[in-house]
Amino acid sequence: MSFFALILLFIILGLLLGYAAIRFKVEGDPIVDKIDSVLPQTQCGQCNFPGCRPYAQAIADGEAEINQCPPGGEAGIAALADLLGVDVIPLNAENGEEKAKLVAFIDEETCIGCKLCIQACPVDAILGSPKHMHTVITAECTGCELCLPPCPVECITMEPVETTLATWQWDKPTPSQEKAKS
Amino acid sequence: MKLWHFNGGLPALAEHKNESVHLAIEKAPVPEQLIYPLQQHIGAPASVLVNVGDKVLRGQKIADAQGLVSAPIHAGSSGTISHIGEQLIPHPSGLSAPCITITTDGLDEQLKPTPCADYKQLSAVELVQMIRNAGIVGLGGAAFPTAIKLDQQGKTKPIQTLILNGAECEPYISCDDRLLKERADKVILGIEILLHLLACEQAILAVEDNSPDTFRAIQTAIKANANPVISVVKVPTIYPTGGEKQLIKTLTGKEVTSGKIPADIGIVSLNVGTVYAIQQAVIEGKPLTSRIVTVTGEGVKKPHNLEVRVGTPIHALIDVCHGYTKHAKRLIMGGPMMGYAVSSDEIPLVKASNCILVASKDEVVTEKQAMPCIRCGECASVCPVSLLPQQLYWNSRSDQIEKAAKLNLMDCIECGCCDVVCPSHIPLVQHFRHAKSALKADQHQKQLSDIARERFEAREQRIAREKAERAEKSRKKKAALKERAAKKEKEAAEKLFKEEQATTNDES
Repeated sequence: MSFFALILLFIILGLLLGYAAIRFKVEGDPIVDKIDSVLPQTQCGQCNFPGCRPYAQAIADGEAEINQCPPGGEAGIAALADLLGVDVIPLNAENGEEKAKLVAFIDEETCIGCKLCIQACPVDAILGSPKHMHTVITAECTGCELCLPPCPVECITMEPVETTLATWQWDKPTPSQEKAKS
Repeated sequence: MKLWHFNGGLPALAEHKNESVHLAIEKAPVPEQLIYPLQQHIGAPASVLVNVGDKVLRGQKIADAQGLVSAPIHAGSSGTISHIGEQLIPHPSGLSAPCITITTDGLDEQLKPTPCADYKQLSAVELVQMIRNAGIVGLGGAAFPTAIKLDQQGKTKPIQTLILNGAECEPYISCDDRLLKERADKVILGIEILLHLLACEQAILAVEDNSPDTFRAIQTAIKANANPVISVVKVPTIYPTGGEKQLIKTLTGKEVTSGKIPADIGIVSLNVGTVYAIQQAVIEGKPLTSRIVTVTGEGVKKPHNLEVRVGTPIHALIDVCHGYTKHAKRLIMGGPMMGYAVSSDEIPLVKASNCILVASKDEVVTEKQAMPCIRCGECASVCPVSLLPQQLYWNSRSDQIEKAAKLNLMDCIECGCCDVVCPSHIPLVQHFRHAKSALKADQHQKQLSDIARERFEAREQRIAREKAERAEKSRKKKAALKERAAKKEKEAAEKLFKEEQATTNDES
């Protein structure tokens, strides 16, 4: 008797589980979205993947380490480690080194209007038409440096980002103010 | 009237009011140059209406509000627009920002004001529009556009209580106190306008109990006015009782919870200086072009309470006070607790500037050497917002800003109570200011990266679409070629067939 009762229970629960799997199916891979939201969206490809989302996909699939993103830096690695529950590892030097964000600047005198940089820009932040000078939309530039190699006249330079009232920060009290005089 | 208490606070903070509180308000002369930062209020910067070389009169609008949360700016005296561009602004960063500079002509001609005989004929919407057009922002220091606070359209909760903040709790500052002593009648008139506008049941004017003269002056004005819904209340002098949320708690016992505004619990709270500006704007038709400022500290020869044109550079005010003394060490915009140091006296006064403190070495408190935290918990017991400064300090110091944010770091009002009581002299507020600005910068960065992600994905899609279109095109072309070839073949075959038939016919 108990045998049949158990069988019946298994059938009911099995059906319930089967239905739930269809009804509450999660579209896409949520972990990729989460990883992607932690990445800096520079789209520079220094991680050896063509953009931040492919890198996020690779991390989720276990094909890439979490230390391949120089623009994210130490803080980015810490955030990824926290998200994925793995240990923090130092940045892989092969991928580049962490540095302050820069933005591209086109010397409009030298630009010949070849359009090569426009094709290279991953976020469409360069504006221009053939044989006319191009310019960078500074607000949209992620500082990925992908426009530098294609330029035949080397008219693109990377400039430091100016501090604005939106990005300005109060100084952190220095450790000397923190340490006791002995 | 029953009063409540907010958590903590400092009842025994040295007030330093005696330096300036007895000094009557004097009119400062119009300086040679008036400098107007386009952003001197919370919200979007104003948009310029004038060009270099234009002649302007006092009260003329030189920059207009841009968007809802913004405020226009008016010329403070007659003269010529001499420069529009980046100049140093009063901001702790010491950065420059777009400003309009007027070189005054000394004539001080003004645009004819349009006084309003009977404001009671005007609707609330018209009055709010008037206040918005006059460029009025919170003059207590926050500089939030006042019209937004007063606009009741689309708000569900009716305003029951109007609180007028005359509790000037910060040491040294006496501008609101002088205003109430000398012009209480006009402030009361301003309150009447607000009562009409908000249609609320009561108005409470709060002053600290350390200035009985002011209290009496207001009582006299209220008696003369004979409006029963306006009352004046003495609140205990406990720093920072003049903070908006602290004063609301003291007067009503209600707490404005984290992330909410007073209007959510049916309260509007305004600084008395703002009320005076509203009276000037509505009844006399004059936009906000001047304000009362306390110039004090051991660094000036003769402290003053001055009625100053907004945009006056600090050095012009120092001249009125007979110059610097040899003790002058640092220029502080605002009071010693919540103010910030500015780097140059070329910087102009803005609408929010209530005090210029020229501090001597003794008045600068931040120079002490910090020692390790001994976890005494004194900071938590004085925090008027009931935060955990010690916990916030650990998190801010180790750059765990997200954790600090979870402990409501953003609710910190930077009042400095924890700094004052800390036996280890840890610069707690500086840590919190840093963490708050880092958090804001992080959020800004997050916005930027969201935009970058969108643009990257849009580009990917576009490239994929173009590729598909190209493939489709070449497929069509190939198909067309094939078709044409097949057609030709068919035609040729038909021709051949016809020819063959013709020959067989001939043969037969």
